[in-house]
Amino acid sequence: MLKALENISALYANPTRFMQLAARLHAPLWALALALLAYGLFRAFQVPEDYQQGETVKIMFVHVPAAWMALFGYSFIFFASVTALIFRHPLGHVAARAAAPVGATFTLIALVTGSLWGQPMWGTWWVWDARLTSMLVLLFVYLGYIAIWQAIEEPTRAARTAALLAIVGFINVPIVKFSVDWWNTLHQPASVSRLARPALHADFLYPLLIMGVAFLALFFALTLTRMQMEILRQKLRVRRMRTNQGA
Amino acid sequence: MAKPQKNFLPNAYPDPAHLRLEGLACSRGARQLFEGISQTLAPGEALALYGANGSGKTSLLRQIAGFLPVEVGTISFGDTRPPRVHFIGHADGLKNPLRVGETLAFDAALWGAPKNAIDLLPLLGLDNRGWQTVGDLSAGQRRRLALAKLCLAPRPVWLLDEPMTALDAAGQHLIDTLAGAHLAAGGILVASSHVPLGFATQTLTLGAAS
Amino acid sequence: MSVFWAICRQHAVLAWRGGHTTLAVAFLFIGVTLMPFGLGPELALLQALAPGLLWVVLIMALLTSLDRLFQADYEDGSLDQMMLMPLPLEFVVLAKLLGHYIALVLPLLLAVPLAGLLLNLAPAHLPMLLLAMLAGSPALVLLGGIGASLAVSVRRGGLLTVLLSLPFYVPVMIFGAGASRQALAGEVDETRLAILLLISLASLLAAPVAIAAALRNAVR
Repeated sequence: MLKALENISALYANPTRFMQLAARLHAPLWALALALLAYGLFRAFQVPEDYQQGETVKIMFVHVPAAWMALFGYSFIFFASVTALIFRHPLGHVAARAAAPVGATFTLIALVTGSLWGQPMWGTWWVWDARLTSMLVLLFVYLGYIAIWQAIEEPTRAARTAALLAIVGFINVPIVKFSVDWWNTLHQPASVSRLARPALHADFLYPLLIMGVAFLALFFALTLTRMQMEILRQKLRVRRMRTNQGA
Repeated sequence: MAKPQKNFLPNAYPDPAHLRLEGLACSRGARQLFEGISQTLAPGEALALYGANGSGKTSLLRQIAGFLPVEVGTISFGDTRPPRVHFIGHADGLKNPLRVGETLAFDAALWGAPKNAIDLLPLLGLDNRGWQTVGDLSAGQRRRLALAKLCLAPRPVWLLDEPMTALDAAGQHLIDTLAGAHLAAGGILVASSHVPLGFATQTLTLGAAS
Repeated sequence: MSVFWAICRQHAVLAWRGGHTTLAVAFLFIGVTLMPFGLGPELALLQALAPGLLWVVLIMALLTSLDRLFQADYEDGSLDQMMLMPLPLEFVVLAKLLGHYIALVLPLLLAVPLAGLLLNLAPAHLPMLLLAMLAGSPALVLLGGIGASLAVSVRRGGLLTVLLSLPFYVPVMIFGAGASRQALAGEVDETRLAILLLISLASLLAAPVAIAAALRNAVR
């Protein structure tokens, strides 16, 4: 009886050491993320107005890092899933599952800020710009991944199915990007086909990089917190089983 | 009439198998089904699995069939190469829109059997039902039809999950006949059941140990 | 080899008997019939939009059929038997996909010229349109199979299958509809056709492996 319970906790990756590490990292990571975010936003608001775009250029400091994190998040899910499948390390499944809503949220932020940023330029809220379109497809990829976890009840099967989807989906992402770029350049004049990027001189570059690092720290802080929650939930589940079996 | 039927019963298997289970355990979700299962079957031996609902009989059969991964313990077939296995579970894999005769013809093609599979009907007790659609069969008739692949493709290991369910006396006798011929030919058999199986040479009751 | 064809034939026969072929073709015509009500009956407009509309409707018709690819086999226990057949699971999968293609996609492609006439396509436009669909449709079935196999253990997983398959369909749609639009100008778009064939070929190599892995996972 006890052996079985050990198997289950092995399934959720002998999480004691991870939980100790996570508990130690939790506060510093959040502090770092919030400090960087505050500093990055402060620097971003000090950037001079763009002569063409005015104040709206400042949306870039959220939009661009969010788009980076959207792609980073899916790559993270991919590598976590590969780790879980090949090295049979269940913590990979937990990490991939925890990161998915975080990455999806960054994708959504990139889409919304992209729309806000583009509106004064395009005179409309949505343009089938290559980047925005790819981001939209990426959002569907994220939603599919999250839906698999929700739809399959049996946890090991859900984990393996989600990992498979993460892998084939990851191969698909660059193919989508390539085809959308191709589709877009042929159908729209180049001037509106992408969000105009101001020349990245130091005034812009540093706040942008700081925001990038801040979002990265935020991503890890959120993912770590969600992983802790997930492991606690599994522990609770096992404990309930134990009481039910009366062992 | 009796002669073509005899052809369908298994005779000597060219590649007889042993089955050895060692320290086998299985858990589903957070529930331990069984542990410490060790059993050895030589050619011609049959193991009957007894136990309450949820004691893990189906899971054990699915582990032997290779569907469920073995995480604790080992399953070996004596040979290095896993031998061909027949598995008949609760879900019979029959397709309602097909006719009985078509089902047999497909089964024969799928499992690489001779073409006159329709002659199998009398043996299964489904005489003159070749034109009936599978969806119109009774539960017991469906189970008889699902047994067809045992006769069509000779495989030395049979895994039957509650084969007696829904069968009448004649149907249960059919199982005994098939199992008897299979064991006499040097096959091995593992079957779960809630009723005693006459052909079993060994028994294992799950859920009693823990 | 005879095992391969038996599986293929059984899948096609079941799709046909189950009425899935009729439903898919009917779906295609329903979609096409709704278009003029939504867009207005101007023939010039309909013709300009026809290639893209036909691709959209074709993909929708195919998407509705995907949950029948493996779901019934999962529910009635046939999936267990597929694991034990004297043929590697990857080829069993390929046989079923081919059966699906024959029973559903080919009838849809046969219906496309008639549907095209309803949208004011001239017969001269059809060869290029059909060529593009022939080049791209294998990828649609193969990639859709990935979505179907991942969602197979989910009860009523039809909508989930659609969500999972959609991102894979975007490239096929882009190059397929792009090549078909060139048909209106009377041009043969070799580049896009080549890319479509490439996608189909790559799917042929990758999809059966991914699907087999997903199905093995489903019978655990």
